Amino acid sequence: MTDKSYNKPVPEPTPDSRPFWDSLASGRLSFQKCGACGVIRHYPRPMCSACHSMATEWVEASGRGKVHSWTVTHHAFNPGFRDELPMVLATVDMEERVRMNAQLRGVDPASLTIGLPVRVDYEQVREGLTLPFMRVDRPG
Amino acid sequence: MSLREVGIISGIGETAYSRNSGKSVLALQLEAALLAIRDAGLSPRDIDGVLPYGSAVVAEDFITNFGIADLRFSATTPLGGASCVAGIQAALAAIKAGICKHVLLPLGRNGASGTRIAARVQEMPQFHLVGEFEMPIGALAPVQYYAPMARRHMEMYGTTSRQFGEIASSTRGNAILHGNAIMTKPMTIEDHQASRMISDPFRLLDCSLESDGAAAIVVSSADYARDLRSRPVHVMGVAEGHPDSPSAITQRPDLTTLGLAKAAPKAFRMAGVTPADIDVAEIYDCFTYIVLCQLEDAGFCKKGEGGPFVESGAIRLGGKLPVNTHGGLLSQAHMAGMNHVVELVRQLRGEAGATQVADAELGVVTGYGDMGDGAIAVMRRG
Ligand SMILES: [Zn+2]
Repeated sequence: MTDKSYNKPVPEPTPDSRPFWDSLASGRLSFQKCGACGVIRHYPRPMCSACHSMATEWVEASGRGKVHSWTVTHHAFNPGFRDELPMVLATVDMEERVRMNAQLRGVDPASLTIGLPVRVDYEQVREGLTLPFMRVDRPG
Repeated sequence: MSLREVGIISGIGETAYSRNSGKSVLALQLEAALLAIRDAGLSPRDIDGVLPYGSAVVAEDFITNFGIADLRFSATTPLGGASCVAGIQAALAAIKAGICKHVLLPLGRNGASGTRIAARVQEMPQFHLVGEFEMPIGALAPVQYYAPMARRHMEMYGTTSRQFGEIASSTRGNAILHGNAIMTKPMTIEDHQASRMISDPFRLLDCSLESDGAAAIVVSSADYARDLRSRPVHVMGVAEGHPDSPSAITQRPDLTTLGLAKAAPKAFRMAGVTPADIDVAEIYDCFTYIVLCQLEDAGFCKKGEGGPFVESGAIRLGGKLPVNTHGGLLSQAHMAGMNHVVELVRQLRGEAGATQVADAELGVVTGYGDMGDGAIAVMRRG
């Protein structure tokens, strides 16, 4: 897919968030970890709100989580998403005790419940941009 | 130190509400501001403080058009839809400090004929986190950010879409009686249930309007009450509150609690009253669920009981706590809650016409915005 044909919003990484996007591009989900007290945080930001350290590490996440809440969008606020409607956007409690908001694909909206196990997957949507999405994490 | 009875709402003004004003945003704001200033018995040149909303119109525009010789105070309160009520707190603080006596709070927009909300939020600095992490995956509009809060509430407490419908329907009824409202057709809960799904659980009729128009108030020093021709409305308590994870709802520990939960106890304590004492409430209603959640966070009912509370008919005219007697953002116009302040003052003056709550003495107005910021003012008729 060329950049010209990609008609959805794209992130503008900052020095604080660039490692998150670079990690996704290599097929890994990573979160910030405080270099002083070890608390994991998301979305990326310069400071740990627990101890105010600005020392930051990045750790690879397990990619697994549970549905905390969700919405099913039926209206195209941007024409780029029209073909994907209805679209499940899930708020997910990740194992690392942070949350992610991501599309949850391949699920019947009627079967959505709090606590549904999900697992991250990746899609390169254009050159240099990989977005995370979720699938139901079926046992076995 | 408290802001209790430091000031009054001395003047209110509103333009007609429409979907195509044909006027500039500045012209709309000047029109509403002039009405509010005259309602207060003042001249535009008496205004010595201005709190503009957002950045479309600035304090300098009022200096220029009103010919104000010495504007002593200007500031903004960037809390989205909570800005107007938070602005009352800022105005009172400036009055208490002796900086100024008459502060203008103008609000006006071409929300229907100009840029729409999904485009507007992308320009707002408060939305930079969702801009980077949620817009690329397709979460683009406030309805999509707020829907998971409502869904969580439904799953935790058994709240239903029909209960949201009760809010939409009762608000519509008030708008029709009020007169200066964009929506004029009655709405039943069945109409609400039949409206198309935008972002589950929010249907079209759970969403507020996009509107053109303006509303304004003047906040004056309490000393001015004796010179006022109309009945003074005293601000008894006021506070703003910011939720945990204020810029990203996704990361908020409790999705079902808003910034208002921090502000409301402070405002009621300052006022020396409790939620049970309140006669009428103008509750910020960008979405039906946001009304329900604020009724809980303000203390009108317990957390989780907002659904049964509205279902009981409590918020209808004649109910225990009439809500949004003007039709709100859902059915009157989306004036970011300045129309809620205007309506509360009307109620407490006894000038609310067909939706007047009998003998309304104490009222509250709330604001909600920017992912969960909240503000509340408790007012008493003089
Ligand atoms: Zn730390």
